[in-house]
Amino acid sequence: MSLLATRGLSRHFGGLRAVDGVDFTLEPGEIRAIIGPNGAGKTTFVSLLCGRIAPTAGSVLFRGRDVTRLPAHRRVGLGIAYTFQITNIYPSLTAFDNVALAAQSSLGRGRFAPIHADALRQKVGAALAAVGLADRAGEKAGELAYGHQRLIEVAMGLALEPQVLILDEPTQGLSDAEITDFCALVRRIAETATILLIEHNMDVVMQLAHRITVMDRGRILAEGDPSAIRADRAVQAAYLGS
Amino acid sequence: MRRHASLDFGPFLFLATLEGLVQAAVLTLTALGLSLVFGVMRVVNVAHGEFFMLGAVLAWWVSSLVAGSPALGFLLALVASPLVVGAIALASERLILRRLNYHPESTIVATIGLLYIIQQTTLILYGPDARSVEAPFYFRVEFPDFGYSGYKLVVIAASALLLLGTWFVMRRTRLGLVMRATQYDSETAQAFGIPVGRVYAQVFALGAMLAAVAAVLVVPIQQAHYLMGLDPLLLSFIVVIIGGLGSLGGTVLAAVLIGLSDGILSVFFSPTLAKIVSTLLVALVLVFRPEGLFGKRAR
Amino acid sequence: MTAARVVGLHVLVLALLFAAQFVVSDYDQLTLTRMMVLAVYAVGYNLLFGYAGLLSLGHALFFGAGLYGAGLAAYHFEAGVPLAFVAGLAASLLVSLLIGLIALRTRGVSFMIVTMMFAQAGFLALLYFSRWTGGDQGLPLPAAARSFTVAGLTIDLADAGTRYNVAVALLAVAIGIGLLVVMRPGGRVLVAIRENEERTRMLGYDVFAHKLKAFVISGGLSGAAGAAYGLMFAYIGATFASIQYSIEVLLFTLLGGAGTLLGPVLGTILMFYLIDKASEVTSAYLLVVGFVLVGLILWFPKGILGTVRDRWARWLP
Repeated sequence: MSLLATRGLSRHFGGLRAVDGVDFTLEPGEIRAIIGPNGAGKTTFVSLLCGRIAPTAGSVLFRGRDVTRLPAHRRVGLGIAYTFQITNIYPSLTAFDNVALAAQSSLGRGRFAPIHADALRQKVGAALAAVGLADRAGEKAGELAYGHQRLIEVAMGLALEPQVLILDEPTQGLSDAEITDFCALVRRIAETATILLIEHNMDVVMQLAHRITVMDRGRILAEGDPSAIRADRAVQAAYLGS
Repeated sequence: MRRHASLDFGPFLFLATLEGLVQAAVLTLTALGLSLVFGVMRVVNVAHGEFFMLGAVLAWWVSSLVAGSPALGFLLALVASPLVVGAIALASERLILRRLNYHPESTIVATIGLLYIIQQTTLILYGPDARSVEAPFYFRVEFPDFGYSGYKLVVIAASALLLLGTWFVMRRTRLGLVMRATQYDSETAQAFGIPVGRVYAQVFALGAMLAAVAAVLVVPIQQAHYLMGLDPLLLSFIVVIIGGLGSLGGTVLAAVLIGLSDGILSVFFSPTLAKIVSTLLVALVLVFRPEGLFGKRAR
Repeated sequence: MTAARVVGLHVLVLALLFAAQFVVSDYDQLTLTRMMVLAVYAVGYNLLFGYAGLLSLGHALFFGAGLYGAGLAAYHFEAGVPLAFVAGLAASLLVSLLIGLIALRTRGVSFMIVTMMFAQAGFLALLYFSRWTGGDQGLPLPAAARSFTVAGLTIDLADAGTRYNVAVALLAVAIGIGLLVVMRPGGRVLVAIRENEERTRMLGYDVFAHKLKAFVISGGLSGAAGAAYGLMFAYIGATFASIQYSIEVLLFTLLGGAGTLLGPVLGTILMFYLIDKASEVTSAYLLVVGFVLVGLILWFPKGILGTVRDRWARWLP
C-alpha cells in the first residue's frame, strides 16, 4: 500500500487553478522531489497534503485511510510533518524549547499520562545532535544564524518522529557548504522516514531524489527517476528551459 | 422620550420616526469618523466617544463666552469646537499612535488610556454637572397632530449636508484620493510618494472632528456631561461593525438603520434591552460574519 | 534546580504576605485583603493574556459571574459560604466555556472587541434584571451568609483577621494553579501559541482546544476571585461587572508584567495603592489609570517583572 496518495486533488483560488486534479502516490522509504517553475502549485499541493488548506475537490489518503477532512494537527499526529518554506520557528524561545515543543507533541501522542521530563530532554538532545546544534540548546532561536535556524526547523521535524517529512525549499538561503551538510542530513533522516522535498536547486534534487515529480500550472507534467526526468523533452521545454 | 398620551398610533409612529432620524443623523456623523480612522489606519479608536464629549463640552464653553446672542455663540462653537478637538486628536496621534507604529492591539490599549485621560481631565476642568447650550433659534413646525422642534429638523438637514461634504472630499478631492490609496495599500502608497504618516494624522484629526461636529449639533437637545461619550462610542462601534469594518457606504446605511430602529425601539421597549440585543448582535456579527451584514465577503 | 528556586520564591512571597498582617495597621490590612483577592483575578487574567497571548477586554464578565453566582445564591437562596462559593465558581466556568467557544473563533482586534461586547451585554443584563440583581444599587449580603463551619472550625468572614488569611489562602491556590499550568509542558504550548499559532498547529497541537482550556481556567480563577470578593465584603453590585473592571485587570497585569506569574500580583498591589492614594486627592482619580496605561504601552510594555526577567532573571516563570 502506498504511504500517501491523492485522487483528483484540486484547489482553486477564485479563477486560478493552483492545483488541478492531481493524482499522486508516495511509496514508503523513498526520497521524492517535487520540482516545477514558480507558481506551478507545489507549495499549495503540499499544503493540501498536510491540511494547512482545504481542497476544493478530491481526496488525500494516508496509508489507505481518507484524511481529507482531518484537521492539520490530527494529520501531524498521524505522522505527516511539514517544515515551512520561510523559516517558521519561535524566535523568542530557546532552541531547546523549540525542539521540545515538537518532541512533547510526539511523546504525548495517543496517551494521557504526563510526559516524563527526562524522556523529553533526551529526545530533544538527540534531535539537536542530529542536526549538529547540541551546543546551542540554551540560545534564543531568533539570535541564531540563518542556516542554524533552518536546522532548528529540521530538528523540529525530526523530533515529531514523522512517517513523512515534507520539506519546502529547505536549502533556500544556505551556503554551498551548508547545502552539502544538509544533503547528508536528509539521507540520514531518510533511513527512518519517507521524504517529500520541494526544491529549486537541481544539484540537490539530482543528488538526493529517488524519484522526481514535475509540476506545471497545477498539474503533474512528468514523473520518473532523475535520469528519465533529465531526458524528458516536455520537462525541458516547460522547466529546464534548454 | 415619553409617550404622548393624546396621540394615536399613526402620528405617534411618525413622531418616533422623526426622533429616530435625529438620532440617526448624529450617529452617522460620529460613526463615520470611527469608520474612517479604522478604514484608513486600521486603528480601533476607543477614545472616539471622548472626542464627541469634548466637542459638546467645548461647545458649551465657547457659547458661554458669547453672552447675549445664542445664535452667534452656537455658530462660533460650530467652528471652534471641532478645530480644537481636531488639534487634540492630531497631538495624540503624533505623541502616542505614531510611536506605537499603529500596532493594532497596542493602539487599542493606548486609546483606552486616552479615553480616561480626556474624560477625567474634563471632570477636573469642567466638573461633574450636565449643562445645556441654548439652541441658536426657536421655531416649531406644526404637523396635523403635534408641533415639532424646528431645530431638530435642522440637525437632520445639517448632518445630511456634512455627509455629502465628506463624500465629496473622499471621492472628488486629492486628499480623498490619497486617503483611499492609503486605505487600499499603505505600503504601495508610500512607494508612490504619498506621505502616509501625514495622511494618518489628517485622517485621525478628521475622524475626531466629525464626532465633535455631531456633538455640537446635539448639545442644544442633550446636555453636555463628562460621561456622555460612552453611549456614542458603543453605538458607533455597533454601526461600524455591522456596516462592515472600513466600508463607508455600509457605515452610513447601518447608522441610519440603527439610529432609526434604536429611536423607534426605545419608545416601545426598554432602552437597556435594546442595547443588550445590539451588543450581542455586534459580537455575533464579528464572529460569524466579520465583513459586516452589508459588506461583501472577501474572496 | 530551577523548579525548586521557582517554588521557593513563590512560597516566600506568600509567607511575606501572611506575615504582613502582624505589622500593618487595620486599614492597611483591609486594603491588602482587597488587593489579594483582586490579585487572584489578575493571576487568572494573565494566564490567558500573558501566556496564551489572548487580550480579553471583557474579563469583568467572569469576575461578575462569580460575584453574582455566589451573591445571588446567598441572597435569594440563603446558601452558606461554601455552597455559594461553588455556585459562583460554577457560574463563571459555565459562562467562560460558552463565551470561549464563540469568541475564540476570532483573534487579535476582533477578539478584543467581541469579549468587550459580551461583557457589556452581561453588564447591561445585570441592570435590566435589577429586580433580582439590585442593579446599580447592588445588594448587601445578610450577615448569616458570612460565617460557616468546616471540620468543626467556625470561620467568620466578618472578622478582619480571618478574612485576611482566607485571602492569602486563595491567592496561594491561584498561584499554585498558575505554576501548574505554566511550568508543565502544557504551559510551553500556550506560549508557543502566543508566539506562533500556525507553527504550533503544524506541530500537531489542537490550538483551539488549548486556547479554550486556558480561557476556562482563566475565567474560573476570575470567577473565584469575584465570588470571594462578594462573600468577604458582603456586597454585590453591577459596577464590578462594568468595563472599568475589565480594563483595570489588564492594567494590573501590564504594570506587573504580562507573562510572569508574580507580575499581576505586584501590579495589583501597586496600582491599587496608586488609585487609592489618587482618590484621596481628587474625584478624577481614574486619570491615573489613563496615564499609567499610555505610559506602559509606550515605554514599558513588558512591565516590571517582564523587564526584570529580561535583564537579570531568565528563570522567572
